[in-house]
Amino acid sequence: MKWETVIGLEVHTQLATKSKIFSGSSTAFGAAPNTQASAVDIALPGVLPVLNKGAVECAIKFGLAIGATLNRINIFDRKNYFYPDLPKGYQISQLARPIVEGGALRIQVGDSERTINLTRAHMEEDAGKSLHEDFHGMTGIDLNRAGTPLLEIVSEPEMRSSAEAVAYARALHTLVTWIGICDGNMQEGSFRVDANVSVRPVGQAEFGTRREIKNLNSFRFLQQAIDYEVRWQIETLEDGGRIEQATVLFDPDTGETRMMRSKEDAHDYRYFPDPDLLPVKLDEDWIEAVRAALPELPAAMQARFQADYSVSAYDAGVLTGSRALADYFEAAAKACGQGKLAANWVMGELSATLNKAELDITQSPVSAVQLGALVARIHDGTLSGKLAKQVFEGLWEGAGEVDAIIEARGLRQMSDAGELEKIIDDVLAANPKSVEEFRAGKEKAFNALIGQVMRASKGTANPAQVNDLLKARLQ
Amino acid sequence: MSLSPDDVKRIARLARIEIDDVQAQATQGQLNTIFDLIATMQAVDTSGIAPMAHAQEVTQRLRADIVTETDRHAAFQAVAPAVENDLYLVPKVIE
Repeated sequence: MKWETVIGLEVHTQLATKSKIFSGSSTAFGAAPNTQASAVDIALPGVLPVLNKGAVECAIKFGLAIGATLNRINIFDRKNYFYPDLPKGYQISQLARPIVEGGALRIQVGDSERTINLTRAHMEEDAGKSLHEDFHGMTGIDLNRAGTPLLEIVSEPEMRSSAEAVAYARALHTLVTWIGICDGNMQEGSFRVDANVSVRPVGQAEFGTRREIKNLNSFRFLQQAIDYEVRWQIETLEDGGRIEQATVLFDPDTGETRMMRSKEDAHDYRYFPDPDLLPVKLDEDWIEAVRAALPELPAAMQARFQADYSVSAYDAGVLTGSRALADYFEAAAKACGQGKLAANWVMGELSATLNKAELDITQSPVSAVQLGALVARIHDGTLSGKLAKQVFEGLWEGAGEVDAIIEARGLRQMSDAGELEKIIDDVLAANPKSVEEFRAGKEKAFNALIGQVMRASKGTANPAQVNDLLKARLQ
Repeated sequence: MSLSPDDVKRIARLARIEIDDVQAQATQGQLNTIFDLIATMQAVDTSGIAPMAHAQEVTQRLRADIVTETDRHAAFQAVAPAVENDLYLVPKVIE
């Protein structure tokens, strides 16, 4: 039987506010335990939550960026469950009337593009952390994270493979960091993904029973977890078993998913509107001010790069992978006026060298303007691609500006035809055997001669020019 | 609907409230009055009326996104039953 995979994602993004969603505690990561947990965060009796305007603004930005409906009146509810890192005994969340509904995100998988629709995005508070290392048989609780603002972003079950799920998660990650509402740090838990996965026979209209994989904190784990889960579900069904609705955890060490709780002990959260919080009103002036302050979005910039710099859709997609990368490329392209060539250098030599040094684009020792100057020297014929790589190495080492490095290291491409012809004459005289072989029809001999000329010119000859002159001389 | 004396005792036990028979009887009467009130309200025809988000026509006040709290964990932890390495200790919970 042929099976179809159905995936929907729920992503918890920590909002990049300075203070918590309902208290004035700091949200900075990595502080000593419980030093950023106020009376509100630890739920002392008699305290009241006061909503952080910055958190609401982040949610508005997101809603605008995905073309969603912003609920002008939205409401906070209590989601009741017991766990020691949730000191109130309920999480303040939004159920019936979330701030954001609908919207869509474009994703790219290989060469094809798709639109994934979103169901909703709602504001809620994060819980604290439980440390299960042994404290004399007890559990340690750190409430620093309790009350950190989250935006939970829920997609429709529209993805049909782990590759699409990863592409969606990446596009979402790019967007939330692009508009500055989340720092996107997955190791620190700022962007956590839950995947709802089911399978059904191809052609069947109803969805199969889904299992939810919790808390995936890397794109690689997301892919591995879904692939394992899909295989497991198909094998189970083909062996005559049935899938029970359940929550599962992914173990990165074994690459397997295992059941955390079944539907029978699923929570009844007893949601109800939080009487401590009034309905939140978004007025039009505020929404318009937020809209006006939004940066150019990745999809728009991708289209503009294709139009303005003649780069392919794929390249434009790569270049808009982050705002920092897009800004870098655009500055380099403007500095040299050669978009396509600048794109090749940003995605080729620069990215490879950054990767090798484990640096990101913001830490590049070569500035965008310097790279632009380098590309300009390739375009005007001063440098061949090979010489340009040597100049790039100089820039990387901090040896100065492009023209200074060219001069100091004698890397200028030879433009004097007379000088080049003399070198060619010398090479031909010194290699009579290759000349003979070429005349006898051996193409390889010609390449050997080009290599000799390039070597004799210490790499400064223009390879195309060598090719032309050599051909002319041998005919 | 109305509550039996056993219902009242069970709710009290779930809420960890100690209650004797006399109190249970009084509480039963009070709770049943509340159920009567709910029954009265449910008799009103509300079809065609949009539910309200809140009992009053007011909206949430917002605070500016600034850090105003200082570290007071020493004071909070002074009244906690068990603390180690600045962590609150609780009976082990395994999921």
